[in-house]
Order: sequence, then C-alpha cells, then structure tokens
Amino acid sequence: MKSFTVHKGVAAPMDRANVDTDLIIPKQFLKSIKRSGFGPNLFDELRYLDEGQPGQDCSGRPLNPDFALNQPRYAGASVLLARENFGCGSSREHAPWALDDYGFRCVIAPSFADIFFNNCFKNGILPIALDADTVERLFQAMYAQEGFALEIDLPAQVIRTPAGEDIAFEVESFRKHCLVNGLDDIGLTLESAGAIRDFEAAHRQRAPWLFDRIR
Amino acid sequence: MAGQTLYDKLWQQHVVETRDDGTALLYIDRHLIHEVTSPQAFEGLRLAGRKPWRLDANLAVPDHNVPTDSAERAGGVEAIADPVSQLQVRTLDDNCADFNIVEFAINDRRQGIVHVVGPEQGATLPGMTVVCGDSHTSTHGALGALAHGIGTSEVEHVLATQCLITRKMKNMLVRIDGQLQRGVTAKDVVLAVIGRIGTAGGTGYAIEFAGEVVRDMSMEGRMTMCNMSIEAGARAGMVAVDDTTLDYVRGRAYAPADDQWEQAVAAWRELHSDADARFDRVVELRGEDIAPQVTWGTSPEMVLPVDALLPQPDSLASASACESARRAFEYMGLEPGTAITDIRPDRVFIGSCTNSRIEDLREAAAVVRGKRVAASIKQALVVPGSGEVKAQAEAEGLDRVFIDAGMEWREPGCSMCLAMNADKLGAGEHCASTSNRNFEGRQGFGGRTHLVSPAMAAAAAVAGHFVDVRNWQEETQ
Repeated sequence: MKSFTVHKGVAAPMDRANVDTDLIIPKQFLKSIKRSGFGPNLFDELRYLDEGQPGQDCSGRPLNPDFALNQPRYAGASVLLARENFGCGSSREHAPWALDDYGFRCVIAPSFADIFFNNCFKNGILPIALDADTVERLFQAMYAQEGFALEIDLPAQVIRTPAGEDIAFEVESFRKHCLVNGLDDIGLTLESAGAIRDFEAAHRQRAPWLFDRIR
Repeated sequence: MAGQTLYDKLWQQHVVETRDDGTALLYIDRHLIHEVTSPQAFEGLRLAGRKPWRLDANLAVPDHNVPTDSAERAGGVEAIADPVSQLQVRTLDDNCADFNIVEFAINDRRQGIVHVVGPEQGATLPGMTVVCGDSHTSTHGALGALAHGIGTSEVEHVLATQCLITRKMKNMLVRIDGQLQRGVTAKDVVLAVIGRIGTAGGTGYAIEFAGEVVRDMSMEGRMTMCNMSIEAGARAGMVAVDDTTLDYVRGRAYAPADDQWEQAVAAWRELHSDADARFDRVVELRGEDIAPQVTWGTSPEMVLPVDALLPQPDSLASASACESARRAFEYMGLEPGTAITDIRPDRVFIGSCTNSRIEDLREAAAVVRGKRVAASIKQALVVPGSGEVKAQAEAEGLDRVFIDAGMEWREPGCSMCLAMNADKLGAGEHCASTSNRNFEGRQGFGGRTHLVSPAMAAAAAVAGHFVDVRNWQEETQ
C-alpha cells in the first residue's frame, strides 16, 4: 500500500449529505475483476449526462456542467470535502478504489459510514472526521477562493489552511502507523500466526462443530 | 460488574489478541464469498504467494451477476449474455477451483443469494463470527451470530489469516414490544426503526433487536430485520438465541448433529444479553404503532406509513434534511403533500436478500392469489432467494399463483435489487420493491425505488398504486 505522510492538494466539494457508495461508483462498474481503472467512473451518474457502461471510453461522453468536479477550478483536486454520513451503503471497496484512481488522497467530512471509512485506510486514502461547523467553514473558504488547497500532515495530525490555520484531527494509532509506513496489514497479522493457531486450537476444543463440516 | 450484552459475549469469544490502542484481532468462523467483491482478493493472495488459512471456513456462491431468466440461466456460465458478468462469475469458479474452496455453482440447487443460502444450509450458525464482502451480511445476526460486511482488502485478510483487525463497536438495543397489526411485517418494523433513528443512527453500533415482537417473529422475519441494520448505519444486527432459533437450525445440512448438537445447544443457550447488561443506547417502539411502511425518497430513512402524505421539505428539522428532501423530490418526480397511496409503480420486484425467502413468497402469494396484476404495471418480477426456496415454492404451487396473476417467476439471484444483471428499471420508472436500498440509480439508471414489504409490493402490483395491506381482502383458495 502506498504511504501517506504529508499531502497538499486542491480541495473539491461533494456538497450533499448521505453520499452512498452507489453514487460514488455505480454497480455496472463492479463487474470488473481488477482493482484499477475506476477513476473515469467516479460519481458517474452525477458527472455525466448519459448512462455509463463498463469498458467504455469516457472521453467523449457528455459532461454535466453543474457537477463540481467538471469545473476547471477543481481540476486536479486531491482532497474531497464532503457532508455527513459519507460512503453509506454497500461494502464495495470499488468506492475508495475509484476515489484513489481519480486522484483523491483525503476525504474530509463530519461523519463517515463504518465500512467505507475502514476501506479507505486499506487503500492509502485518509478519511478525516471533523465537527460539522469546521467542515462548513472549510466549504465556505473553498468556495471563496479558487485554487483553495489544504495541507494534510498525518504524522502531526494537522490540516493547514491557506489562511495559516492549523486544524487538529483524530486518527487511530494503528491505522496511522499503517498509513504513514504504507504497511500491508496481512503481513502484520501473520506476525501473530502463533497466537491465531493457539486460539484456533482452543476454539476447536470449545466448539468442534465450527470445524471440518464444509469441505 | 454489569452483565454482558449478546454482542459483548460474541466479541469476547472470538478475540485472539488485543492491542494497546484498542484494536483487536478477531477470529472469523465463517467467510462467505461471492463473485463481485472477491476477484481482487484472490489476485492479492496469488501475488503475495499466500494460501487460505483454513479452507473449511469458506463457502462461495455466485449471486449478484447471475441471470434470472430461465432460458438464459439454463445454459450455465457459458450462456450469460453479458460478457463482463460472465467473466466475473467464471472468475469465481476458477478461483474456488484453484484454491479448493467449496462453491455452489450457478445451477446447483443450493445456489442462491449468499445471505439466503448461509442460514438455509446451516453454514451460518448461532455463536459464529460471520463475514462476507457484502454489507447485508448483517442478515446472519438473526441466528445469534456476530455478522457484518467487509471490504475486499478484508476479504483477502480473512482468507489469509482467518482474522480481522477491528475494534469493538458500541451496543444499541432496539426493543419492540406489543403486537403487530395484521398485515404488518418484519420489513415494516425495520423500516420504522430506520425512520426513527435515521440512516446513520446506528453508525458505530452493533444493534440487538429484542422485545415481544421480535420474540414472536419467525427466523426469516428476524433475518429481514437484521439484514437492514446496515440501512440504519449499523454494520451488525442480531437477535438472541431462543427455541425459534434452535428449531430453525436443527437438521440443516451443515448444522451439528448427534452429540455435537447437544453440545452446541448448551453453548448457544447462553447467547442472550444478561438481564443487567448495559447498552450505550436504547430505542423503543410499540408494535401496535407500526403501520405498513413505504419509502418515498432516495434514502431508506425517507420512509412513511402508507396512510401518510409526502412531507413539506420546509417542515423538516434541519437545513440539511430539507435540502436532501428537495433533491429527493426532484429525483423521484414527486410533489410534497401527495398521498402515498396515489403513487403508481411501473414495475414490482419481489426478491433480494431482504425478502426472498419462502415466508416472503407465501406472504406475497396470499395477496395476489386469484387476482391479476394491474394493466398499468409493466413488469412484476418474483425472484426466489435460492434454488431451495424456488423448489419449496413450486412444491406449494406458489409459482402458479404468481404466474396466473401475470407475474414473472424467475431463477434465484440478487436481480433487480442492484440491477447488476439484466433485471433493471428504466429511467423515471417507479418500482415497488422488497429490496433494501432506494439510492439514486440503484435499480437502474434514473430508476425510482419504493421499499416495501412483500405483501405491500404484491398489493401494489394488483391495485396499480400503493394500498394499505391491512385492509386487503384475500381470496380464499
């Protein structure tokens, strides 16, 4: 996994509550057996005026001019500002894959759905939950200034605004450790293989019906 | 020390180790696999040269992409018309063969929607930790299990280590006491709960459903409720083990038998919250107060009793809710103040991991028996949740009831719940659907979903508009 230390990038808005994973990446694109290539279909139903198909070249599709990411001022954005309960709905990891493939490294919102939040960390994307008032201030500052960029310093757990304000944020220490160092958590878990085997042996003793039935 | 909740007990029984920051390695008893969220995980194993930790913990079944049309289905994987869907289903077959994982392939009688198949085969059991790369894994919590959805990276992690790195959730008790009115079902109960706490109300919690209504409910009803915990934001929903649970599990293919059955039952009898257990949040509803529910907007929390009028956005509590409602009205092509019973579906879908079990089909069949689908309905699909459900329904003659009413009787799969196969809504079409999500575009580009119970969907199919099924006159045979 790619590491996340300090990232500075243009912020773009997804200014609505309860953005679900169907909206982030519609189901027809979930038929892919790959992890990459979802970027052109991020927010497909909002971004284009027609219905997208998997495998299609999106360069000639009609764009929705009202959608923020289609506006020149948000070109190259890598920080997404969003509203409450971002990423609700399905467990599809295609949602963070699409955000990542588009170029987003960080999503800032008042709250996230649990599974999406978790999936982000597995893909080098940092989701940051801030109180709603702070998020609202960031939205207003972004709308007021073209090219509004934020610097996200994960080791210091601080967001730096163009006005020089430092906004502190919380992140679980294990997740931070994995993200900062770009660690593969399967490798880390396998360091506990002995403990897993011991647990498994005791578990089998307690509940033998959980083993060896499906084969 | 306060007693433990059901969730506390399930958690404690599966913790391998706890780290200083509160994260834990949680042991996973059952891992269910389907074709959409697994290919990248298997590829990850291959690239790292890893093997599954424990083969017998896994069970795979294709469901999201499979055609439900009988003719297309008859030809198996090779006959799937959409080449992209075909490749995904074929990839699951190949991965299961390569890694030696048991799979119920496309035309195996045991095939079906993964969350119907698991309990039906006894592959998911009380006391288990159950995960799957699918958010509706919460369904299996109805058995008194800790079950929740995971992403594809975690699918790979569970395959490789039999564990998840996770952190304990908070406890929420949703207690529904009293009695349900005639015609009101588990689907209406869970929609009413979502309407009460909102689509993010359960975020960070494991929900236990309890109370007189839940105790009186069948296992299949409990599955419907736990299934939609995720629509309330909670990854996991669950119900304590009781005689209803044990009666359901006994005799199923992968359930323990003989001496092991008695041993298992003794352990499962402990799977309930202690009388003095402490919950972080308690939500209470009265069964009598719950009317048949219909969603009108683009989030499951936009739900009302069937006899209500659509809300005025200005009357809503927050600016955000008001803005969301305006957007939903525009997308749905509806006006504030409209009576729900004046909404006219174009299509009807009875199926999905929420409502495709035999009791759901019986409930719908009772409503349409001897009647005809309204002329204004373009299509009414009935999609059984598994081959076993289909066979049972046909043995009871339910297929004839649906076909005689002008409905289509299909092969098992996820179908129009998420429209990854050919079953989908056209732009602007309204659907009375027994599925679980009414998000924009969920059932097809521009499609407009109304979530309801099987009985409500069936009644809407006959009437051509939503009706209060509490007043429905059923034909006697």
